[in-house]
Order: sequence, then structure tokens, then C-alpha cells
Amino acid sequence: MQLTLWTYEGPTHVGAMRVATAMEGLHYVLHAPQGDTYADLLFTMIERRNKRPPVTYTTFQARDLGGDTAELFKIAARDAYERFRPQAMIVGSSCTAELIQDDPGGLAKTLGLPVPVVPLDLPAYQRKENWAAAETFYQLVRAFAGPHAPPPGTKRPERAPGVRASCNLLGATALGFRHRDDVQEITHLLGRLGVDVNVAAPLGAKPSDLARLGAADFNVVLYPETAGMAATWLARIFGQPSVKAVPIGIGGTCDFVTEVAALAGVDPAPILAEVPSRLPWYSRSVDSTYLTGKRVFIFADALHAIAAARVASEELGFQVVGLGTYSREFARDVREAAKRYGVEPLITDDYLEVEETIAAAHPELVLGTQMERHIAKKLGVPCAVISAPVHVQDFPARYAPQMGFEGANVLFDTWVHPLMMGLEEHLLTMFREDFEFHDAAAPSHLGGGVERREEQVAPVPPVPAPAADTPAIVAAGGPTTWAPEAEKELGKIPFFVRGKARRNTERYAHDRGLAVITVETLYEAKAHFAR
Amino acid sequence: MSGLAAMPPEGTAQGCGDAPVLRERGQREVFCGLTGIVWLHRKIQDAFFLVVGSRTCAHLIQSAAGVMIFAEPRFATAIMDDRDLSGLADANDELDRVVTRLIERRPDIRLLFLVGSCPSEVIKLDLSRAASRLSQRFAPAVRVLSYSGSGIETTFTEGEDACLAALVPTLPEQPADAEPALLVVGALAEVVEDQLGRLLAALGIGNVRFLPPRRATDLPPVGKRTRFILAQPFLAETARLLEGRGARRIAAPFPLGAEGTTLWLRAVAEAWGIDAATTRGVTAVGEQRARQALTRSRELLAGKRIFFFPDSQLEIPLARFLARELGMQLVEVGTPYLHRQLLAEELAMLPAGTALSEGQHVDNQLDRCRAARPDLVVCGLGLANPLEAEGIATKWSIELLFTPIQGYEQAADLAELFARPLVRRARLRV
Repeated sequence: MQLTLWTYEGPTHVGAMRVATAMEGLHYVLHAPQGDTYADLLFTMIERRNKRPPVTYTTFQARDLGGDTAELFKIAARDAYERFRPQAMIVGSSCTAELIQDDPGGLAKTLGLPVPVVPLDLPAYQRKENWAAAETFYQLVRAFAGPHAPPPGTKRPERAPGVRASCNLLGATALGFRHRDDVQEITHLLGRLGVDVNVAAPLGAKPSDLARLGAADFNVVLYPETAGMAATWLARIFGQPSVKAVPIGIGGTCDFVTEVAALAGVDPAPILAEVPSRLPWYSRSVDSTYLTGKRVFIFADALHAIAAARVASEELGFQVVGLGTYSREFARDVREAAKRYGVEPLITDDYLEVEETIAAAHPELVLGTQMERHIAKKLGVPCAVISAPVHVQDFPARYAPQMGFEGANVLFDTWVHPLMMGLEEHLLTMFREDFEFHDAAAPSHLGGGVERREEQVAPVPPVPAPAADTPAIVAAGGPTTWAPEAEKELGKIPFFVRGKARRNTERYAHDRGLAVITVETLYEAKAHFAR
Repeated sequence: MSGLAAMPPEGTAQGCGDAPVLRERGQREVFCGLTGIVWLHRKIQDAFFLVVGSRTCAHLIQSAAGVMIFAEPRFATAIMDDRDLSGLADANDELDRVVTRLIERRPDIRLLFLVGSCPSEVIKLDLSRAASRLSQRFAPAVRVLSYSGSGIETTFTEGEDACLAALVPTLPEQPADAEPALLVVGALAEVVEDQLGRLLAALGIGNVRFLPPRRATDLPPVGKRTRFILAQPFLAETARLLEGRGARRIAAPFPLGAEGTTLWLRAVAEAWGIDAATTRGVTAVGEQRARQALTRSRELLAGKRIFFFPDSQLEIPLARFLARELGMQLVEVGTPYLHRQLLAEELAMLPAGTALSEGQHVDNQLDRCRAARPDLVVCGLGLANPLEAEGIATKWSIELLFTPIQGYEQAADLAELFARPLVRRARLRV
């Protein structure tokens, strides 16, 4: 039993719904109690879909439990076929139906429906949404591409000369973070390279399209969280290699172009020479100097977290002070990435633990999910959302991919705009005691929105007393305390670096066994850490 | 206009008291009772709601609450996993561990509800036993109660009924010689409580208490000298248990709209033996002001056809208000459950021949809705955008639970909720 306030991932059947809703011509019959239909609103409200998800819920109630819930399932499945006439169906249980063990797959078989029915086994008490989306997609790919598999051991025929290379674009689902725009951007990029997209799936694909997957020369796995399993199977059965590079940021996109070009036998040089994005120049322009070394904390699904760390570090000159993910399936990748930035990886789906870790890291920018946006709001730290779980704001009206060269432009804008602008930051430092520059004043370009909850600065006490928020720092001879003048001087330092200044000064004092921090100590520490 | 309120509901040509009801079963596009936690945890300010359930339960509440993490919420889910189900871990030990951690974290909590869910009901986890065990352990600082908000037993607002019903046995006994007391039952916005409290005081009824109370430590007493009146229509079990404690229900329409509010207040006044003139003196100003405030929406809504999908059990009182005070035509009024007894006064006031439906087969109902082409549809969030995309204007029903709509001063706000989708459509040129 796990105490949970907020969850990063939904239950397994929501993962299956994300695949079913992304596709066309597929219907999902879900054995579920009344109330589970709430999941529809994720799609119709958050993503503003103009159709109901293609899901029929059997809606059993307590009084059905003693009776025949299996019959209820059969009626629902038969009616759903008659009404919606899909090309294919998937059937399965939600968490409650799993407990009553009606076997939707077996029941559907007895109905003899005239379309393929793919049973799903998505253990609701062990697994979560993303794994289930991957499993559902894998089962569908197996079911529809499987019959077209060449005999084992068959060598993939060479592409005829003059025929353009083609690939499948795998992993985009409904409710995905910018999946809609990423598919468009990467399709365009592949087109410039001279590579066709054979099938993009699940988003926009029909079951009959999945049957054609084997025709592509290779696979582009846009989102390993949802397409990793299917791609591994396709590699084994059809001998299709997968592109490993993630096209997020300039570096990631260039690596992607190089890898695709090698697989497709095309020349990447023209695109790599051009790099059609403004990010490199914007980042080199003098205005961006103030971005240097900004402390950024990153927490997201594994794909976006790892990619964001690279972009933050190499392309914006930030300092990564925290990196983590809720995707336990990809924990190893995130641990490796964390090593590159010298930070402790945070692998958890406990929202409270994430909140504590962010607060302790004193970042100047948080890159996270909608959950971290709320944490950052509470801490008064700017934040940009880079990953699911999503919110209605993550489906912007404009074209806003995260991937490819246009995606890099989007990243630059959305990560830099929440920050205080360079000159504004300097003015705040110079005129610390200006009556309009109080700590609660938000950056002017952000309007009068967020009230910042400050790191607690204790009012200057008449006699030296321990600073309230640093009980852990104890000098050899007793606790380190702040002299009133030093505390006042600390207050003149802008709030967004004050936490760092406080911690550094206390560390400096602690290391030297100083009992009282004076103004002199403060500046000595500043000089020490500047070296 | 003001004659409407004076018109006795009985003996008119209208009424749906014995009207046939279309009962269907199939897919229900409704929330389960857990959803009530979203407003109940704001209402009872020192209570915490711990759902004992699955990841689905946690995800539902989070989605219904719109991920509002401005303050640490006073609700959470103890998510059961394989170890709990396979017997590797004793579910009761696990629950004790989770509750202990929770109470350590939130020392401000005085009342903890263990809320049952579909999975906890199916595996027959006895939460009432767990609650009394934990109650003993944490007494007197924290009282622990339990109720079920599971979808297999409750629909949306029935969760509030189950929660309040769990409170009833814990209400202190009213002394036999106590001054007669009025208990107003059903969660209301504080502004509404205050307004109704002032009106009741003006009628000369001083001893008025509300259930649920704002603080769990401030439970109203109940007994033979208690009369209670429902402020919400979905509280059948709570009403039954209150009657079991000796309290007597005052039957009335619900305080929606000018007419509804007057009839609700009048029923209380009559039970207290207050003469009609005094009552009119108290209600006339508010009623008149409400009627005037309704004129603008009435111009827009009169004659428009409205279709209700089942959602909160507020549908019948709302339909009565929209038909009688705003002149709307009722195409179909769907409700998850129809409690004929609690809604007798409401049903009597509905236009004769109103199509009523109970339960749901959502696909069949959508077929009827599309065929009828109503001007406005009241439905849940899962259906609203798809219907809008088909060209049908909608009002999301959940807003009717999250907005103060009862009483005179809110009558126009309530009408405005229905008018706004139509006003918006008229404005847009895209």
C-alpha cells in the first residue's frame, strides 16, 4: 500500500486508451465499474478532442457482482461492434474487473465477432500507464504485422536503386506531450533528408496500417516509453533497425540526422551545414550571457529528462543541479545521464520526495511536468513544462514541437522566457533597496501573477540567534549563527541567489569553525567561492 | 410573476408525480462517489479523506480536481498493490502504517475518513472495523470514520450522501428538553449558508445548524426535537439515518431559483408554526430581487429546449427552475437515480408530460439527443466537447456542484450558467 497524493502516471487501462484513442478504426471494450468513464474527460477536456474516445465501458455495479458480469461484458462487446463497426477491437479489464477475473479475451472469442479482437493483459496492481501503452501497442503490432512476417532467418532484401528509403515513426499517442507537433516536425525533417514515412503509429494509424509496418527500411522510435517494446519486436521479426538518437535540441537533432542518413543511405551534409534553427545564435548572442550557470532542476519522463539535461547544459549553458524521472522502466538511462552532470539521480514517483529534493537544490529554473510546475509555483521559482503528465495548457493552439530544429526554437523560448531578463537582474542587484524592487515583485514581463513564497529570512534579531532554516549546520564548537548586520546584508542579495549565498556562507563558516557569521564572513565566503 | 410562488403545487394541471420513467441500463457516463471528496475536503476544514483503492482512484480524483496543487490537499489515496491482494502483506497492517504516517504528517487533522473504493469493496476489506481500530488508537486527537465512494455502489453525489451518513451516528444526542432545532443538510457554499442562516433568523428560527459542519469538532446535536431539511436532493441515506435518530424531515422543493427558495423557507416556517404574513415579510424582498435579476436570462432562455444527461441528481430541481422561472422547454430530464419521496414536491411542479429517464445507456441517450436537436444540453465533461463539435451547445454539469447556486442571491448566477453557452455562441464569428 502506497500513500499517494498525486500520481505521475494513471492506471494501466488509461495507457491502453491513449493508444486506442490515437488510432482510427479501433474500438476498446473495457470491463469496468461505473465511474471509470472519468477517463474520457482526459481526452475530451485536456486534449480538447472533438470525439469521445473509442471506448465502451461495461459499467457493472455491486448488484451485478453476484450475478453475471461476464454476460454484461458479452452484451457490451457485441453492441459495441454493431454500433461502431471498427476494423478491430481490443478488450481488457480495469483494476476492479481484474479482481473479478471474467477473462474478457476468452469471452470475446466466444462471440465470434467478424473482426480481429486483441486481448490485453495489463496488470493494474503492478504496472502503470506508460508500460501499458507500450504493451498495448506491442500487442497490436504483433497482431497485425505478425501475419506478414517473413520466415525466420530471411534476409531483408536490398532496396532497389532509385527507390527512396522509408521508415516508420513510432510511439506518438493521444494525450502525449506535443506528440502531434513532433510527428509533423520529424516527418518534415525526414522529408528534407529524402526519407519517406511508411506508417506513423499509433497516432493517426488504422489497424490495417499496422499490417504494413514491415515494408519500411527502419524504425524511428520517437518515444521509447510507448514504442520501445514494439520496435524491439520489429527488429527481431522484420530485421528493421531502430534509430536511437532522440531529436531534441540541436545536438540531438544533428545526431538523429546523421543516424537516419546512415541507415537511409542519404547525404546529411546539407542539413548539418545549415542547422535551420535560431537556437545556436540566440544562445551565443550577448543577451544570453546571463543564462550562464543558471541552476536548473529537471524531472520528467526519462526521454524528456535526459534530452533536457543535454540541451540545458550544452546549448543554453545552464548548470544541471538535479535530474530525475518517474519512469522506473528507464531508470538506468537516467542514472547514466545523471553521472555525466555530477548529480544524484532522483528515481521516484513520490510527489512529496520530488518537492523536497527540488526545494533543497535551490534551483533558479525547474524543467518538469505539470506537477513540478505547481511545486515551482509554491517555491516561487520559474518553471517550464517539458513532459507529461499534461494539462490543457500543454496542447497549445500554435505549432509547438519539442523535437527537430523548430523544436529547438520552442525550447529556447519556453525555457528562457520564465527567467528574469539579464538587465533586469542587474538593476535588481544594484538597487536592492529601491522600494519597488522588493522581494515579492515578480519579473515585470510576467505581470503581477505569482506571489513568491520566499525562503524564510528571519527578521533581524536583537542578539545573534541561529538562523531558523539551517538547523543542520553545526560548527565544531556549537551552532553557526548570523550576526544581525550580516543577516541584513544577506537580505540585500537578490532572492533568486540568496539561498545559494546563505548556504555557501554557512558552509564556509562551518568549515572554519566560525560560530558567528559577520558581514566580513559573508564577503570572505563570496570571494572564496568566486575562485 | 410573483404569483408563481404563491401557486400551490398540488391541484394544478401540471405535475409529474406519477409520470412514467424511462429506465435504461448500459454504459453510464458518470463519476463515482469518490468525486465528492473534491468539495467535501474544502467544506470540512479539519477533515482528511484517505481513499483505500487503486491507482485509478487516485487518478480520478486528481483529474476531477484539475490537479490543483496550490495547497497540500486534504485527500490522498492508499494505493493497493499486488502484495496487498496476494496476501503477502496484511492489508490491515499496511493501512495502519499508512494512516500513522499520514497523521504524523498532518497533526492538524481531527477527522479522518477511510473511503472505500471499487477494489476495496470487491476484496471485502472491512474499513469500518479498521476505522474503529484506528479511532481507538488515535483518540482523542483524531476520530476515524469510514464510508464507501465506490463506483459499484455510488454515483457522483451519492458519495456526499455516504459521507454524511457516516457522520450521523457520531452526532451528539440532543437533550430531551432542548429548544427545537433546525438542521440544514447538504454541503453548501459558505456564502449560501450565511444567507440562508440570516433569512431563517429573520423568520425567528434561531437554533439553526448545518451538516456537514465547517469543522469536524463542531458536530450538530440531533434528536427528537430536531427538524431537518435537505438543501441537496441526493441525500436519501443521510435522511433515513437522521430519521432513525428521531429527527423529522421537512418536505420541500429545493432552494434553487426564487420560487424554490421561497417554498423551501416557507416549508420551514410552516413547520415552526410561523404565520404566512410573517413569512411573506421575510421572503418578499429577496424573492423580488431574485426575480428581477432573472429577467435578462429569461429573455434569452425562454422557449429554448434543454436536454439533461444524468449526473448529480440535481437535474429535476434544476429542470423545474428552468421550466417555471425561465420558461425553458424540457426535452428530456435524465437523472442517475430518482428518489420519488424526496423529490415529490419537485416532481409535482414539473410540466406535465416531461420525459424523465433514470439510469443510463449513453449511446442510446446520445441518439435521442441528436434526434431532438435541443438548444442546450447539460452533460458531463466527457460528452461536452464531442457534442459541441457536433454543433450542440452544452453546459458542463460539474460546474453546478462547484458554484454557489442556491438561494435568492444566487438565482441569477444559476440562470447565467445556462445562458452563457448560448451568449457565447451568439458572439463568436469563428
